[in-house]
Amino acid sequence: MTTWIVAPVLALSLAAAVWTVVMIVRAQHPPSDAYFVLLGALLVLLVVQMVVGFVALGATDRPVEGVTFVAYLLTTVAVVPVGAALALVERSRWGTAVLLVAVLTVAACELRLEALWDVAAVAGA
Amino acid sequence: MPEQRTTLSTGPGRLLVALYGLFALAATGRSAVQLGMEPGRAPLAYTLSLVAAVLYLVATVCLLLGGRRARVVALVAVSIELVGVLGIGTLTYLEPQLFPDKTVWSHFGQGYGFLPLVLPFLGLAWLRSRR
Repeated sequence: MTTWIVAPVLALSLAAAVWTVVMIVRAQHPPSDAYFVLLGALLVLLVVQMVVGFVALGATDRPVEGVTFVAYLLTTVAVVPVGAALALVERSRWGTAVLLVAVLTVAACELRLEALWDVAAVAGA
Repeated sequence: MPEQRTTLSTGPGRLLVALYGLFALAATGRSAVQLGMEPGRAPLAYTLSLVAAVLYLVATVCLLLGGRRARVVALVAVSIELVGVLGIGTLTYLEPQLFPDKTVWSHFGQGYGFLPLVLPFLGLAWLRSRR
């Protein structure tokens, strides 16, 4: 697990968060197609990250908390489609707010993933 | 005529379902890992994590179900949640030695952006408005 995948995921999820806030403020719902393209790109990156994470976890000597690490990887992948589905069912500000929760959850998970990996590096050194 | 059910999962409720669902997942995950790995390390903290997980799950399910009875059960669960987060939040500052490991409610939910502190207020406000 390295910064090259965490950094773009974090950047994309924060960009999506800002965009979501703009949509909520402007009362633009349901979200535009362009927004869903961004979410799709984020989801692709998250799937890549999950695979990279599984491989890295299997290959590493670091004492990473495996269960927690895998749980965060799975959560990041699951949370975007669930958020998108709720936003499409609830075509109001509240539905879009669910998307804000989803992308911020991804950002939080990225920080946790990076922390889990780095703490293990210190402990293993 | 079908009975008019109190819907709890549309509009603002949709956001609450998402938040409560997320915390149900987070707290269940946390307590499962804690109890599965080393249950003896911090029994009080781990038991509280489990209690939090159950409360979040109950609230999520009740919001999704809707209806009068689910609303009452949700009110009880969210009220206990409020007492829990305020109590544990205060205790973790006053008596930190009681908690060798964290719970979702430690330091008023600091590790989760203080959302655990805000959530019961949002929940109670929503449930009250749906009387």
